Amino acid sequence: MKKIAALMLALVLAIAAIGCSAPADQNQDNTPANDNKEPYRVAMVTDTGGINDQSFNASAWAGLQRAQEELGCEVKYFESKTDADYAPNLETAVDEGYDLILCIGFLMADTLKEVAANYPDQTFAIVDNSSVGDNVIGVNFATEQCSYLVGVAAATMTQTNNVGFVIGMVSPVMNTFGYGFYAGVRDTNPDCQIQCYNANSFGDAAGGKAATINMYTNGADVVYHAAGATGLGVIEAGKEQGKLVIGVDQDQSSLAPEAVLTSAVKRVDNGVFALCKDGVEGTLKPGSDVNYDITSGAVDVAPTDTLMSDECKAAVAAAKEKILSGEIKVPATTEAFDAAYGSDYYTLDD
Amino acid sequence: MKNSINTKRFIEKLQESAFTYTLISIIIGFIVGAIALLIAGYNPIESYGKLFGVIFRSTKNISYSFIEYSVPYILTGLSVAFAFKTGVFNIGAEGQYVMGSVAAMLVGAFVKAPAYIHIPLCIIAALAAGALWGGLVGFLKIRFGAHEVLCMIMFNWIAYYFSNFIVNLDGVNVGGGKTWSVPIADTAKITISDWLPGLSPKAHFGVFIALICVVVIYYIINRTTLGFKLKAVGFNRSAAEYAGINANGSVLTALSISGMLASLAGALQVMGVTYKVSQFAGQEGYGFQGITVALIGGTNPFGVLLGAEFFGAMKFGGTRFDAPSEIVDIIMGCIVLCIAISSLLRMMISSNKKNKGGV
Repeated sequence: MKKIAALMLALVLAIAAIGCSAPADQNQDNTPANDNKEPYRVAMVTDTGGINDQSFNASAWAGLQRAQEELGCEVKYFESKTDADYAPNLETAVDEGYDLILCIGFLMADTLKEVAANYPDQTFAIVDNSSVGDNVIGVNFATEQCSYLVGVAAATMTQTNNVGFVIGMVSPVMNTFGYGFYAGVRDTNPDCQIQCYNANSFGDAAGGKAATINMYTNGADVVYHAAGATGLGVIEAGKEQGKLVIGVDQDQSSLAPEAVLTSAVKRVDNGVFALCKDGVEGTLKPGSDVNYDITSGAVDVAPTDTLMSDECKAAVAAAKEKILSGEIKVPATTEAFDAAYGSDYYTLDD
Repeated sequence: MKNSINTKRFIEKLQESAFTYTLISIIIGFIVGAIALLIAGYNPIESYGKLFGVIFRSTKNISYSFIEYSVPYILTGLSVAFAFKTGVFNIGAEGQYVMGSVAAMLVGAFVKAPAYIHIPLCIIAALAAGALWGGLVGFLKIRFGAHEVLCMIMFNWIAYYFSNFIVNLDGVNVGGGKTWSVPIADTAKITISDWLPGLSPKAHFGVFIALICVVVIYYIINRTTLGFKLKAVGFNRSAAEYAGINANGSVLTALSISGMLASLAGALQVMGVTYKVSQFAGQEGYGFQGITVALIGGTNPFGVLLGAEFFGAMKFGGTRFDAPSEIVDIIMGCIVLCIAISSLLRMMISSNKKNKGGV
């Protein structure tokens, strides 16, 4: 007993000693470049995917960290594990007096609407949703454009004329991924078949993996996912089966360099960074929406192209040029898509 | 002289009580958490200071920590603890919780009634769903000899996808491409913060219901024939049967009551906090964390209450201090591990006592 007690005491002392010596360094690191000005303080609240989803929330956090380094912002995140966490997280952020509170994901729209109405002087922003109040900025991305580009890549790389698409949830925002991908495939290779699967979850890696293996069995050789952590299973399946997958949101090739052909990158980090910059400069317009597209680098294909054939690289580059020049207008709504490609082609939105 | 004898007795008692070991486990958990914080490059003292600072910063935060965040854990913890007492490992509280929340949402949204009828009606529907969900596993175990742990894990997923299915039905879904159900009627809401403005916005009187459950379960376990029967079956099924206790009936009863407790947690969460059921992105874990709470509470109902308050506060504070929220998971994991091996600790200490002799 004595020995145990002594050991514990020693541990506590050791921790206390190290603990006391640490703050000096930390304070130096955290001091922003401009000492005179109060730093611009930004908090973000994650959706239920969590901060380590290697995708959406993680990307937003990367943007905030960049804002901390380059703009001297003070940043913090609040992680939500369940629906019931949204309101308390927002309230805590309001209590701590942040200049801007950023909600990651449309799942939080309803809760944000209620909370924002209670705090009219607080500025909020929500990613992937239109504004839900006079003090809320809606931050949107033209994800149909990057999805179009990976659709082009998939259609040029497929040997079997058969590709797959895994979606995490069917909604107007999520469908833009599908519209872009389907349009890109059809424009590049009209004979190519597309298999689709709605996982109905952003956290079901096992389900994503099973569905993807099923697609490969049915003849697909490239599968694109827009399904958050469910997509980790999609990538796992590609790795296991030696077939190609296309990542989403971030460059996901590090997860399986031999399987990830490319990724439809939604630079949430660039968008979030731009938002912080506007905040520091004081040009934010609460109550309105901002839309980031390929011209501002907020959406793109990932820089990794080691698995792409030369033909594929050229096709993607040409498509990108055409979108930039406005020659190709990628449909983002059901009406626009059905008008261009017919209503029987993309069926997830029915 | 007399004083020193009293002190000795007190220390002896302390060494025997489960509470001491729980406390030691909690301390070890925090020490391991501090090491993790150090490795991650945070100052543990500062971080823990902030953790508790956040929890106790205002009446609103105290209400968040000890009411909003704790109530579901009190009930799922009770659910698991009650099943433990009867020798069943209720790993299915997660699914029972989900069934309770779905039942409460459906009745809350689609039945029109004044509040004094509507609220009990929602709760009764949830209890029925939970009893059914827990009892069904009991039935499978008794009738077909299916192992309850496997059944429950599968039932958790059935409940998960059943909930997602219901939420996406036309009429139940709120529409507009959104992924959650229609909200419950105002008459089914149990939020009390309108009358008590100092509390968190979604504080609800479910906390009183949970407290009543703690007392009732304590009473059932310790003061009723039913409790005695259940415990007897838990200790030794064959001996209980030999003594004339219907073991199968006991298991069924225990699982039904256990299911009702977990489903009540789901119902109160819907009626007090979320007002709707959302499509899941992953299992929410209220049921699984009930296992942690039950272990921290030593499967004693009042211990569970304390454990749930502690756990709820840690959950609330854990995502709001400067270090990653996983630290709290590490602390909780260590605490559970230490409690699980506490019989080993107890052996070490008591053998040490014997070696000294004469104490």
